[in-house]
Amino acid sequence: MPSQAEYEADFVQALRQPQTPPPAGVRHPGSQPPALRFGVYRNNVHVSLVEAVTRLYPVVQRLVGEAFFQAVARRFVGQVLPDSPVLIDYGETFPDFLDHFEPAARLPYLGDVARIEWAWHRAYHAQDQTPLPPQAVARIPPAQVGHLRLGLHPSLQVLESPWPALSIWHTNRHDAQVRRIDRDSGSEATLVCRPDMEVLVCAAPLGTAALVRTLSTGANLEQAATQAVEQPGFNLQTSLAVLLSSGGITAFRF
Amino acid sequence: MSDPTPALTLTAPDAIPRSAGVGLKPAHYRTILEQGPYMGWFEIHAENYMGAGGPPHRYLTAIRERYPLSIHGVGLSIGGERALDRQHLSRLADLIRRYRPGLFSEHLAWSTHATGFFNDLLPLPYTDETLNRVCRHIDQVQDVLGQRMLLENPSTYLHLADSTISEVQFLDAVSRRTGCGLLLDVNNVQVCATNHGFEAQAYLDAFPMHRVAEIHVAGHDPQRDDEGRPLLIDTHDRPATSGVWQLLEHTLALTGPLPVLIEWDNDIPPWSALFEESRKAQQLLDRHIQHPEAGHALAS
Repeated sequence: MPSQAEYEADFVQALRQPQTPPPAGVRHPGSQPPALRFGVYRNNVHVSLVEAVTRLYPVVQRLVGEAFFQAVARRFVGQVLPDSPVLIDYGETFPDFLDHFEPAARLPYLGDVARIEWAWHRAYHAQDQTPLPPQAVARIPPAQVGHLRLGLHPSLQVLESPWPALSIWHTNRHDAQVRRIDRDSGSEATLVCRPDMEVLVCAAPLGTAALVRTLSTGANLEQAATQAVEQPGFNLQTSLAVLLSSGGITAFRF
Repeated sequence: MSDPTPALTLTAPDAIPRSAGVGLKPAHYRTILEQGPYMGWFEIHAENYMGAGGPPHRYLTAIRERYPLSIHGVGLSIGGERALDRQHLSRLADLIRRYRPGLFSEHLAWSTHATGFFNDLLPLPYTDETLNRVCRHIDQVQDVLGQRMLLENPSTYLHLADSTISEVQFLDAVSRRTGCGLLLDVNNVQVCATNHGFEAQAYLDAFPMHRVAEIHVAGHDPQRDDEGRPLLIDTHDRPATSGVWQLLEHTLALTGPLPVLIEWDNDIPPWSALFEESRKAQQLLDRHIQHPEAGHALAS
């Protein structure tokens, strides 16, 4: 009799390789190999994981069509299994997978649109925290603003793309009739945050991503702004106003 | 920095009543909170509430304040060869501390392998080797969680030639050796009876009913296997068949009233349809409350 480890290894091998016959030891004596019966398990694994990816990436599906999406998702699921039973964490690498998926090379922005969808999902499940009200900064004496260190909301994410990824995401997520977007209209930055129950997705001023990256290391505003100012078009007041109004800041510390 | 989700002020679990409950689905959160329907209890899949925060926890907290809750794990891989995932066990312990469920249950199945998590309940052969391992795993779970768990009979599609112990004997032995209770899924009994060609009622008559603390009822999809014989797939996507309801009645006649859950996890119906399905279970339960002498198994 094979050990349990051997049995599981054979079972998993047959689950992963559709051409592999069902493992020995899973048939009624004298009957044919139970391909359809074994197929129930193969199908359960595949269909449930493809569904999980489909739920996460509705905008990508709208962009490429259902048939194409299902084919990509099947390929992804065939290569990447969840590494834990918490399916909330599954599908994070799908945007990278799209970047390298040859048949989708005509849509080079697809991965960045998918990154906005993953950021939405992450924000939805992030730790809850109460943001500071937008007027909170008004109470800080102007001379001290530079010394502030900011507590950032656990759901806050800022994504940059060389493509108009936010515009593409927005019209495909919200409009019955999608707007035409010129894919060469330039780079866009997207801010994603969930200050309360609703996930907010909006445009971020240029340089906000760099600002947030530096602030999250514990740097004060002056230090972070010095880093971000190297980005063309960066304006500290504008970026700070968007971070505050989106609920992305939860605390001021000196 | 305050956490806007008010923490539950529960110090002890609310016992799950011997009445009908349903699986809690996000599509029904608002209706449940707005209408406050008469429902004995709700059950969640543990893994769906392992995110850090957000609306799922907000709604679950509000619902838990009004109803008893049972937590049903689908990812622990108790029947697997590998050691249990300690990180996952500690996530379960956190969830149990947070929501104080009246019951915690898991499956006699495996789903995790060195290659990853398969998101399905895969079958294991019933042998001395697997029996010892399942018992060790359950000892560990009950130790870490600090409470008794229930183990559920699986739905299976394959005949495993290596099995040397019957499923009922296996579950009985696990329960006796570890002290865990059993969750009897009567739809799984119907599915297995058809798929493996045995009498569902005979399975129930042999089942250690005095160890059963919860019952599951669900729908299945009738298909055909490689040789054209009926093959039932455990889909949880439709009402239970009359055959499954008969098995529930047969069981309740042996056990008396127990918590009975309607499991409906795919093609989720409107709340009214799910509620209706739960009333069918409640009507059967009510009949047994009126005839308490039927519950001999509980008294033993």
